[in-house]
Amino acid sequence: MEWAGQKRTAWGLLLPLLLVIAVVTGYPLVNTVRLSFTDTALTGQNVQANWVGLDNFAYVFTDPDFGDAFWRTLYFTGVSVGAEILLGVLVALLLNRDFIGRSLVRAVLVLPWALPTIVNAMMWRLIYNPDYGALNALLSQLGLIDSYRSWLGEPGTTMNMVILADVWKNYPLVALIVLAALQNIPAELYQAAAIDGAGPWTKFWKITFPEIFGPLTVALILRLIEAFKVFDIIYVMTRGGPADETKTVSFFVYEESFAYLRAGSGAAYALTVAATSGVMIAMYIFLLRRQEAQA
Amino acid sequence: MSGRRLLPQILTYLAVLVLVVVTLAPLVWLFIMSISSTKDLTTLPLPWLPSHEDFSRYARLLTLAAHSTGEEFIYALRNSLTASLSATAIALVVGIPAAYSFSRFPGRIGLLYAVLATYMMPPVALILPLYLVFSALHLLNSVGALTIVYCTILLPFVTWLLKANFDAVPVEIEQAARIDGAGLFGVIRHVTLPVAKAGLGTAALFAVLLAWDEFFYALLYTNDIRAKTLPVAIADFAAGRATDYALISAAGILTALPPVLIAFFLQKSLIAGLAAGGVKG
Repeated sequence: MEWAGQKRTAWGLLLPLLLVIAVVTGYPLVNTVRLSFTDTALTGQNVQANWVGLDNFAYVFTDPDFGDAFWRTLYFTGVSVGAEILLGVLVALLLNRDFIGRSLVRAVLVLPWALPTIVNAMMWRLIYNPDYGALNALLSQLGLIDSYRSWLGEPGTTMNMVILADVWKNYPLVALIVLAALQNIPAELYQAAAIDGAGPWTKFWKITFPEIFGPLTVALILRLIEAFKVFDIIYVMTRGGPADETKTVSFFVYEESFAYLRAGSGAAYALTVAATSGVMIAMYIFLLRRQEAQA
Repeated sequence: MSGRRLLPQILTYLAVLVLVVVTLAPLVWLFIMSISSTKDLTTLPLPWLPSHEDFSRYARLLTLAAHSTGEEFIYALRNSLTASLSATAIALVVGIPAAYSFSRFPGRIGLLYAVLATYMMPPVALILPLYLVFSALHLLNSVGALTIVYCTILLPFVTWLLKANFDAVPVEIEQAARIDGAGLFGVIRHVTLPVAKAGLGTAALFAVLLAWDEFFYALLYTNDIRAKTLPVAIADFAAGRATDYALISAAGILTALPPVLIAFFLQKSLIAGLAAGGVKG
């Protein structure tokens, strides 16, 4: 549609958005970069900050604790998102079958996803409680464990218990996205395949999988981006413990900046985290653009 | 029904049963905890069902008395509502014209993706400068500061979702209104928005849910009942030394109720919105 002064109108409508983003995102981001080259402390007023060049980054890349936090975050991200994708696809396939009460079950599946992240973390923390938790009660009453265990206090199990709580909340989103894609597949495709004598396995890999591949990759990368930022659930369930075993990069930056009050190196850590996220975000946008081009 | 088809049927129902139990059990348990006495919850072996239903925690949370848990909770509720609703309002007012521009005047698609990227960027990249600015302006521990910060999340998200919705509004009906002499804002207000009403509602709901769920910024930038939001209040309750498990559970149930009800009853339009926007982690 032709409006007078097309280009001016287009930019005019965008102006408020660009202004807000420049102030609340652009300005802070540029300042994080500036901070990362200084030794600014978060304590007191009028403390002179010094320019330290790349010192903070040299520190970041040689800090074994940050390296550990980084690999730990990758473990959390890989295992939780892997499980979410697998469960999401399986549950979507189940919900795509014919059974009585299907729409009710689908509505039930929305509940964990809608549960606020903090409430989810708090709920699982209570369930995992070492003295009175429901998990201990259930497993010991079933005879599966002899004595109560400290699920969030024992080395080796804590991270996986946090992942379990995260997967329970987040796989429904994957399932719902895949289910929407499944329902768009024309039934004739399956009928034709049945006439050709294809078994369920062949049908899945030749028909179903190619059809859900696009939405599934979008969901995958979205979840990777989100999981890599993980903070809330860690804060409530473990505070990074026991012995830093669940200390992820976001938690690391939080501590460096707001517990040790080192804004300069905190900013350098933050930018390293943001750069890693940036790679995933670029992948996501690349995929979206390609899908848009195909549509 | 032949035996060959009966077995898959039984297996389907079994799997659905497992799915429903695994999904509902933690939530039902959270509710049971909230109406149990401390004695019931700390008896070994765990009796599961309380000896009598005790709704006193809900009453305590919803009663306003000075320096009480109720005061903490009700103020947090007020702060959460204010921050979520005002940030959503700002995001819509700013996001609608922007989304319209992206939808109707193509050629700035790269910019749209840049906006989307800011939504996905980890908040750790922004927390320090924002903290220093709010501190200098004496805006720390205020709902206003939270509202501003929430725009970093809601605005890109709303713009993206609305752009997809405006794309689905046929240009022809806008042209008809143009011929009748309507200006640009008249067309947006009287033609585009009414047609995209459902999408607009979904975007607003998603925005409120996102803000309601936000924890990181609220944790860093608030420190007492004047500005703490519900997630921060719950994290405080959960970290408390004298832990009243039932009280924490009741606070969780009350906080979860609005988003859970919205999602349960409006799941069709929410999922449609997801499909259109392709976003929301």
